[in-house]
Amino acid sequence: MLRLEARPAPSQRMALLSPLIAIAVTALLAAVLFAALGKDPVRGLAVFFFEPLNGLRATSEVLLKATPLIVIALGLAVCYRANVWNIGAEGQYLLGAVAGGGMALWLTANGIVLPKVLSLTLVLLCGVLGGMFWASIVALLRDRFNASEILVSLMLVYVAQQVVNYLVFGPWKDPGGFNFPQTRTFDASTWLPPLIERTRLHIGFLLALLAAGLTWLFMFRSYRGFALQVGGLAPAAARYAGFSSRGALWLALGVSGGMAGLAGAMEAAGPLRQLTPHISTGLGFTAIIVVFVGRLHPLGIVAAGVLLSMMLIGGELAQSRLGLPNALSSVFQGLLLVVLLASDTLIHYRVRGARKVVAG
Amino acid sequence: MSPPGTPRLELSGISKQYPAVRANDKVSLRVGPGEIHAVLGENGAGKSTLMKVIYGAVQPDEGEIRFNGEPVRVSSPAHARKLGISMVYQHFSLFDTLTAAENVWLGLDKSLKLPQVAERITQVASAYGLDVDPQRPVHTLSVGERQRVEIVRALLTNPQLLILDEPTSVLTPQAVDKLFVTLRKLAAGGCSILYISHKLDEIRALCQQCTVLRGGKRTGVVDPRQEDNAGLSRLMIGAEPPALVHRESKADPAALPVLSVRALSLAKADPFGTELKAIALDVRAGEIVGIAGVSGNGQQELLAALSGEDPRAAAGSITLLGSDISRANARARRNAGLHFVPEERLGRGAVPTLSLAQNTLLTRTAAVSSLGFIAPKPVQALAASIIERYQVKAGGPGAAAKSLSGGNLQKFIVGREIDAKPRLLIVAQPTWGVDVGAAALIRGEMLALRDAGCALLVVSEELEELFEISDRLHVIAQGRLSPSMPVAEATIERVGEWMSGLWPQAGATAEGANHAAA
Repeated sequence: MLRLEARPAPSQRMALLSPLIAIAVTALLAAVLFAALGKDPVRGLAVFFFEPLNGLRATSEVLLKATPLIVIALGLAVCYRANVWNIGAEGQYLLGAVAGGGMALWLTANGIVLPKVLSLTLVLLCGVLGGMFWASIVALLRDRFNASEILVSLMLVYVAQQVVNYLVFGPWKDPGGFNFPQTRTFDASTWLPPLIERTRLHIGFLLALLAAGLTWLFMFRSYRGFALQVGGLAPAAARYAGFSSRGALWLALGVSGGMAGLAGAMEAAGPLRQLTPHISTGLGFTAIIVVFVGRLHPLGIVAAGVLLSMMLIGGELAQSRLGLPNALSSVFQGLLLVVLLASDTLIHYRVRGARKVVAG
Repeated sequence: MSPPGTPRLELSGISKQYPAVRANDKVSLRVGPGEIHAVLGENGAGKSTLMKVIYGAVQPDEGEIRFNGEPVRVSSPAHARKLGISMVYQHFSLFDTLTAAENVWLGLDKSLKLPQVAERITQVASAYGLDVDPQRPVHTLSVGERQRVEIVRALLTNPQLLILDEPTSVLTPQAVDKLFVTLRKLAAGGCSILYISHKLDEIRALCQQCTVLRGGKRTGVVDPRQEDNAGLSRLMIGAEPPALVHRESKADPAALPVLSVRALSLAKADPFGTELKAIALDVRAGEIVGIAGVSGNGQQELLAALSGEDPRAAAGSITLLGSDISRANARARRNAGLHFVPEERLGRGAVPTLSLAQNTLLTRTAAVSSLGFIAPKPVQALAASIIERYQVKAGGPGAAAKSLSGGNLQKFIVGREIDAKPRLLIVAQPTWGVDVGAAALIRGEMLALRDAGCALLVVSEELEELFEISDRLHVIAQGRLSPSMPVAEATIERVGEWMSGLWPQAGATAEGANHAAA
């Protein structure tokens, strides 16, 4: 018989090892799943863990997909550390894409060609503001009426999708687009420049790394970030110290909404270059898994963003290479989160064999 | 029936190992029928674990329990009650919105109907002189009355052994005397009583036998009436407590007060809170003003209004060094020189999961640059210096606050605030749950701070402590504050009377009675 015994103090080592254990266990379960589906497990795992990194082009696609995941997850990490549960980053991402894409579209439609730095700044800034605006609705309802930010932020995702649909089916539809629900392609002056020639990877990835560094500074070196986390860890201590809980709520939602909005604008001005009803493939939800696999730590989030991006691309490859449904990647994401939460138990408990003899 | 001479309860060689600590180490205990037996020890000595073992809430790793001579294995509190063991916890477990009778009824098996329970309560209450009205909702009862409900609930099962955990910490001195009368009556009827406490006077007044625990081990069984304080302290902490020299305050009574409170009234923030009514109070540089009172009489509300955690006070009601701070937040007040040590250390005075170094940042911001960035080295250094100066037992500045014992964390928090060189220091329960040595250190530091010219306001439920360190005393009762009396003129009886709200001119506004007014 095995039993769990509470540790006197949480294990730092286990806190770092737990995500690695979770990845290993998930891979093992994935192999079992492949075998059950009649596929070669080794080949199956290779599709998820090797092929996405095989060659420059494949790797650049992984980093491209990781970029919005990392940016959204960084904002969410700040938010969750403040104990504010924004799970509607997807909606804030969409609004960021609408606002940033809207700015690019407006420049394009009016034939305004600005220097690249200026037009990109405008587009990305609009994206940030769009995401912030969407998150501020959540903050307002929580602040004024004590409405659950979990429910409100989630519900606003569906509203945001309808906003996108309305615009691309209606006023923003490309007049020369054969009635397809999509906008015009933005003018080249608003595109994010490529980071590596002949790949789709754009400088947004550098921005994501920069954002990770800034987030680290904010979390661990700024007094404002400290105050925010105290509010999340011990509200009474925050009151005692004199940190405003309302300020923390607005700041947490503002940062996470702004980051999600930035990710949305970067997708619009990056690989997409136009708006369609399908500008998101659930990145805002996948980012939640990234946050937790990354331990709410900027460095961990960068690594977890790349990992989850590999799983997303692996899912697409599994479709073409193995003839398996794309839903497989969602299954693995879910598995990873559940296994991670389970292995987190080891941070606070250790496994012991039951003692037969009472120690004397 | 067991033969005469058989102890009611006999424990031998009880041990209980927790992951980090050996809470009980081969502890033995013998309680005779009708005996009132004290279990004395500091916080963390293993008293609570031992009681939980007897009451079946914790299973010992080894050792034997005999009840009326029979070896038993107490598997659960329900089993304990069936055997005839009842316990009254230090923290009550009553539902505020239910009546006393309903609360008692909930804890019984379902053989009795509610009206019958109410009747039994009245019977038991009158038999032991416990004044309890079964029909009153619990939230309207005072803390002493709630305790009586708990005791009646324990007595309804006709226990042969009653365990009381620190029962007097919530009572006025008069109520303590009343409780003792009840307990002696119970013992005379044959019920054995285990009385857990760290107050030596009470144990001497009530108990015939006393088992002393230190660090999980039994250090002695004595007749407390034959021992002096020094002897009991030696058993309890292994040394005599250092004596505290209280010098006269050098405060100038004509000087402007550092803190001045006038006509502070505050509606309660939650339904079961206490409303503050026309509080008036002055604290001058170089004096310690104490506030006595039974818990739940408005101390929490007053402290929150003074610290700024509750900034609802009317403008002009709280003045610090001549400037109105009534509506300022806690940080603004702290910047003006007001520091505060709250009653709850974990979760309020310190963030449990953060390191001691990070916890200094709650109230100390010297290491924060004007741009809002934290310099890690000075933060570490500050924590290290507090740890050294206040003899905090901790794994260094990086140790999480929750890894410290209550007493050590209290030393750290008090040290953090004293080290800030405040103009006014407000301390709630400075030595609550702190061992005797640490308590002496903390009191000594507060006196040194006073002599250095700081104004101190101390709110405590321990009268002995207030008598020891205060220069003037107020009493708080039902949200009103009494006028102050010099501590030299204060007696336990007088303060006890005031604790019930019976001070001269209690009806008039306290402001008129305060000699510092005008």
